[in-house]
Amino acid sequence: MEKMSRVTTALGSSGGGGGSGGAISGRTMFCHLDAPANAISVCRDASQVVVAGRNIFKIYGLEEEQFVEKLNLRVGRKPSLNFSCADVMWHQMEENLLATAATNGAVVTWNLGKPSRNKQDQLFTEHKRTVNKVCFHPSEVYMLLSGSQDGYMKCFDLRKKESVSTFSGQSESVRDVQFSIKEYFTFAASFENGNVQLWDIRRPDRYERMFTAHNGPVFCCDWHPDDRGWLATGGRDKMVKVWDMTTNRAKEIHCVQTIASVARVKWRPERKWHLATCSMMVDHNIYVWDVRRPFIPFATFEEHKDVTTGVVWRHQHDPYFLLSGSKDSTLYQHMFKDASRPVDKANPEGLCFGLFGDLAFAAKESLITGDVNRKPYPGGDRRYPIFFFKKPDLTEQFAHVSSALSVFEPSLESGRMDWFAKTARLYLLSGKPFAELCDHNAKVAKELNRPQVSTTWTMVRIMFSDPVNPNHNLSNKLGTLPLMNSFNMKEMGAGMCPDGRLDRSKSEGRTDAVHLEPGNSHISNNEENEETEGSDGQAEYMFGDAELDDDDLYSVEHDNPGEDHEYTLPQEAFPLRHEILDNPSAPEHLQQDGGDSPHVSGNEAEATCLTPIESCSLISASQPLFTPHLPASFFCPVVREMLRHYAEQGDVQMAVSVLIVLGERIRKEIDDLTQEHWYMSYIDLLQRFELWNVSNEGLFVWCQGCSHGGHLEHMMNWLKSSPHCPAGCGHLCEYT
Amino acid sequence: MRHATAPRENVGTNSFSVTGILKMCSHCERFSKKDLGVRIPRPLGNGPSRFIPEKEILHVSKVDDRTQSIFEDAFVALGRLDNISLVMGFHPQYLEGFLRTQHYLLQMDGPLSLHYRHYIGIMAAARHQCAYLVNLHVNDFLQVGGDPKWLNGLDGAPKKLQHLGELNKILAHRPWLLTKEHIEHLLKAEEHSWSLAELIHAVVLLTHYHSLASFTFGCGISPDIHCEGGHTFRPPSLSQYCVCDIANGNGHAYLRDDPLGNEEVSGEVEVLMEKMKQLQECRDEEEEASQEEMVERFEREKTESMLVVTAEDEESVPSRDVSRHFEDPSYGYKDFSRRGEHVPTFRVQDYSWEDHGFSLVNRLYPDVGQMLDEKFQMAASLTYNTMASHKDVDTSMLRRAIWNYIHCMFGIRYDDYDYGEINQLLDRSFKIYIKTMVCSPEKTTKRMYESFWRQFQHSEKVHVNLLLMEARMQAELLYALRAITRYMT
Repeated sequence: MEKMSRVTTALGSSGGGGGSGGAISGRTMFCHLDAPANAISVCRDASQVVVAGRNIFKIYGLEEEQFVEKLNLRVGRKPSLNFSCADVMWHQMEENLLATAATNGAVVTWNLGKPSRNKQDQLFTEHKRTVNKVCFHPSEVYMLLSGSQDGYMKCFDLRKKESVSTFSGQSESVRDVQFSIKEYFTFAASFENGNVQLWDIRRPDRYERMFTAHNGPVFCCDWHPDDRGWLATGGRDKMVKVWDMTTNRAKEIHCVQTIASVARVKWRPERKWHLATCSMMVDHNIYVWDVRRPFIPFATFEEHKDVTTGVVWRHQHDPYFLLSGSKDSTLYQHMFKDASRPVDKANPEGLCFGLFGDLAFAAKESLITGDVNRKPYPGGDRRYPIFFFKKPDLTEQFAHVSSALSVFEPSLESGRMDWFAKTARLYLLSGKPFAELCDHNAKVAKELNRPQVSTTWTMVRIMFSDPVNPNHNLSNKLGTLPLMNSFNMKEMGAGMCPDGRLDRSKSEGRTDAVHLEPGNSHISNNEENEETEGSDGQAEYMFGDAELDDDDLYSVEHDNPGEDHEYTLPQEAFPLRHEILDNPSAPEHLQQDGGDSPHVSGNEAEATCLTPIESCSLISASQPLFTPHLPASFFCPVVREMLRHYAEQGDVQMAVSVLIVLGERIRKEIDDLTQEHWYMSYIDLLQRFELWNVSNEGLFVWCQGCSHGGHLEHMMNWLKSSPHCPAGCGHLCEYT
Repeated sequence: MRHATAPRENVGTNSFSVTGILKMCSHCERFSKKDLGVRIPRPLGNGPSRFIPEKEILHVSKVDDRTQSIFEDAFVALGRLDNISLVMGFHPQYLEGFLRTQHYLLQMDGPLSLHYRHYIGIMAAARHQCAYLVNLHVNDFLQVGGDPKWLNGLDGAPKKLQHLGELNKILAHRPWLLTKEHIEHLLKAEEHSWSLAELIHAVVLLTHYHSLASFTFGCGISPDIHCEGGHTFRPPSLSQYCVCDIANGNGHAYLRDDPLGNEEVSGEVEVLMEKMKQLQECRDEEEEASQEEMVERFEREKTESMLVVTAEDEESVPSRDVSRHFEDPSYGYKDFSRRGEHVPTFRVQDYSWEDHGFSLVNRLYPDVGQMLDEKFQMAASLTYNTMASHKDVDTSMLRRAIWNYIHCMFGIRYDDYDYGEINQLLDRSFKIYIKTMVCSPEKTTKRMYESFWRQFQHSEKVHVNLLLMEARMQAELLYALRAITRYMT
């Protein structure tokens, strides 16, 4: 009796204070419940909230600073399943009246005005399966509607012992029932098979209309409080849809895509376009959406630690208070001003590449308008609207943003990127001896008019090859050399021009390199130590290859003559002087490498057999000067710089290809992150050119575990050195 | 060992019996024998199932267009038409969804690599000593490039798979013991850890093959021709025993009688139908039983299901080949009430497939949730409105009783179900069969298969088997998914 009196006083006092919506005040607050909540409902004057769940059925008073437990409706020593609530609703007319839907199929009403401890009023056990939803008529005191798993909806007159009418959903489970707020006789029901039906309460024989709203169960629906005929539905398919029911056929007017199945949807009071949703699984947040802006939530409440099972706006005319119950056994009051606004964190700029090299860039208009060069896109505004304007709307609370979209087309030399695709197709990265790979690739590069790349390949081969080949060719060398030099000079002029773009950037990189290693530009440094005949030296310096069987002549770096002149010339002189002496030195130190390095592949070892080793050492003996200092690893820093240089220049293809061909020889020199970055960039580029299958050895594999992937070759190489996913997702990929 | 090329043309002619498909066309046989010295295998046993006479099982010639095309699709996808599909061919609507799901799980996009998938299948089937499925997937496993060393036992497999052994064991026999700690153990194991998506894939595979093992034993599926025990190179006159028969203590001696000919049980169907009618009427009239009573009934049924004796005396002999795949063979389904243990109650209203499980699966392994959902729905709603020779019967009550009885054995409770119905509708021999099939399927015998529902047709018994299989799968999945959800929150 004591409790009873407390309740009545609570009701009495709040009745006086409530009434007008503006009177409510409070703060974001929560209280612990004893058990997970399944549903909550608030009384009309917004002063109390009822929480129902399998093991809880309590009324809390909403006070300024806290929730106060007012009444526990779960009474009796051994509470029956009738207390195990799937849903609860507080009558909006009669403040003492509540209804619950029980998991065992019972519909129970509760009268708080009862003097006894047990407030249970009526018990209807007509449903055979769980009742999912109960709903009071908004204006009719004694009318209650229920929807059950057994496929029936029942309408009860609370003055009678039994239901007055039964509506059949053709054995499809009913998930939600909602009386229309504006139309006295109409209610909506949502079903497990994705349908929504409209019924006239006077016509239990047949639904008025039916339409398929979702793919999979429709868990919830809610009539718009003001707009006649607007119905929001939420489904397992993660969508919230808003339907206009005033037309002949229900018309979908808005659709919001969320990230998890939608368990509840509630229109926000006084805000025409806003609705709140919560999810049934995985996602614990409550979102408030502006249905006109369906891609980003208007506001988010992130307090709950388990799924939110019930959301309700505290007062039907106050948009700033939201109540929620959750499986984490808490009851929250959220203040709208405390919500997080995802739109504030969203990046308002966007950037995207088109397949053919177009670049689209969207950004806030204010950031771009200063640009004088902007002009409307010629292709027609329909396809590429430059401005997105939104009509200013008084109710709109989004920051008003209009964006400008710029589309950049590549300049007309459309052939510019052809070399990339061709290179990708023609390069060989494995399957042959190292030297052959280099030669092949050098040739490919040369044919595509990329002499610098070609040169690099040759040099890489020379640096890392075993000594045999140079030796082998030694005898022929002297005779052919002059010829080649002259040939090379002629070709250079023609070969250089098409690659102008590369050259320009290259010169900058080059200057840097020179500064880094004063006295020795990194590439020419190799030359000097290697062997090779440097030739010429005015504008470009050129080197004939020590190996004469491939007709490769190349320029090391074709720089803008003026710019690098002073740096390069002095160095040039050095190799020239030692031209002849250098030749034998190469075999010497390279052979040493072969001996030192355990990484020499079988292919190279075979090649070694071709030449007698003694002859090697004989020659090298005459040149002790260079021998001890130059193991293959000596070149690694240089090659590393070279790869970096290419990568920075944007030719990540070269960096990756060399990396793969060199394999173990260089991998240790470059940190994993960089390698990974290169691989991914290259793979990305290949995808843009749709070269999934053609490039290189062809195969592109994905890790089934983390769905990161790469070219088969790359992946194999990668996974040889690291068990982790190259994309850095931390997954342990296995290559089999 | 692929003998799949010859049958292709036969399927088209429509005139061969199902097992005829598996026999070599005589021309080829003559050709290869004489000229090439190839040994031609012959199928052992009589048709796809040892329980169901071959003549009862659909002949391809009788099959309607729909089943025909399902069979053809299955053949194209797998290069074979296994006996499971043939037996399921009784229910083409279901078979379609089943094959689609299985194909997706094994062949299509998914987080796990192909050989992992087959190996998990082997692990799961081996838990129930299901030689049929193990052999099938050993072949597939090797074909997709699996390492034969793994087949020597779980010890030979990567650590990652070894970790899965524990989950396999618990899921197969006592899924209610699964906790989020188990999940955490799998997901946070340094370099051997599983990703969530992989784990979901693995869980779906495990549960699929546990329940499929139930079906295999429940229907007495014979080994496929290309598998060990499924064929012989000997001339036809010699012994016809196969491994499974021996393992189940179930020789051909039992083949003797036509189960339908048993006189004393006539009227069984009528009695059952009468009970259903009564229950239906009671439901409408009778005063609702008190809540305590309802709880009581569930607990009683749960406890009783524990006491239903599975055929302990017919101790099975696991063939060595299979047993190596699982550690701890002593760990099986235990009768808890007898040992004083208690299966905790799982309330389906708090975690159901439709509301929760589906979303989780679909989130981590797209499309599979949808397929499983359709498969469950198909299994639960499949009906021809017949019972034995009677037509136009609403069997929903019976189907629900079977489904809920199985879930009840796993401690899964529906608040809105009166478990008293189960006692009325399912008689003891049927309960024994269900219990055996679901909890220790390897002990299923032909005698059990024959002794329940004697007047029902084989197709109806296969239907029951499908229900059992799907209900078991869903029960296991619910426990596994709930544990994963708990881990995630």
